[in-house]
Amino acid sequence: MQVVYFAWVRERLGLAKETVETTATTVTELVAELAARDERYAFAFSDISALRCAVDQELVEFDASITGASEVAFFPPMTGG
Amino acid sequence: MAVRVQEAPFGAGDELDKFTAGAAGSGAVVSFTGVTRDAEDGSLDHMLIEHYPAMTQKALEQIEADARARWPLDDVLIIHRFGVLRAQDQIMMVATASRHRVAAFEAAEFLMDYLKSRAPFWKKEVTQDGADWVASKDEDEQALNRW
Repeated sequence: MQVVYFAWVRERLGLAKETVETTATTVTELVAELAARDERYAFAFSDISALRCAVDQELVEFDASITGASEVAFFPPMTGG
Repeated sequence: MAVRVQEAPFGAGDELDKFTAGAAGSGAVVSFTGVTRDAEDGSLDHMLIEHYPAMTQKALEQIEADARARWPLDDVLIIHRFGVLRAQDQIMMVATASRHRVAAFEAAEFLMDYLKSRAPFWKKEVTQDGADWVASKDEDEQALNRW
C-alpha cells in the first residue's frame, strides 16, 4: 500500500510517500510497525494525539481498518480556511 | 455549485458578482473571504499552503453536501488556494445563496468551521527568522460541536 505524509510529518521523515508492505490490519498497527523502524519514524509518530490519519482519502480514527486499503495518509491537524 | 482548489489568485469581488448573478431567485447571498494575515511584527515573508491533492476536492465536496443537507441552499461556492501566499492575498472564500437569510448565514459559518479543521490544508508561516507550521487551535475543533 501507499503511505503518504504531509506537513511536519513529511518533514520529520524527509519523505512524502512510500510503498509499504504490511500485515497490519488497523492504522494503529501500521503506526506501531512504522515507529519501530528507526529514530526518525519513532520521532514522527511519538505523539499520536498530534496526528490525524486518512484511509483512501477519508478521514478516520486510528482504530480504523486498513485491510484492502490502497492509501494511508498521516498528517497534523488540518489548518484550512 | 462549485468547489475549486487552485494555486492561482482569484478575485473575491468578481467571484461574488458572478455567484450573485446566478442566484437570482434566492434573495439572500452571504460570503466570507479569508485573507493572509501578516505576522504581528510585520515580518511575514510568505505563507505556504500545502494540501493533499487526492483528498482535497472530495473533502470539500463532502462539506458542501453536508451543508446542503442541513439548510435549504440554492447554491454554494467554495474556493481555496494552495501554494505561496503573501500578506493581504486572498486565501479562500465561501458563498451561500438561499431564500432565507438565516440559512445563508448559518451555512456559511458551517462551511468555514469545517474548512478550518476538516479540509486537508496545512499552513506554514515563513518569516526572516525561519518557518513554522501553524498549529491548529482547540477552539477550531470545539467550533464543530455547535453543529
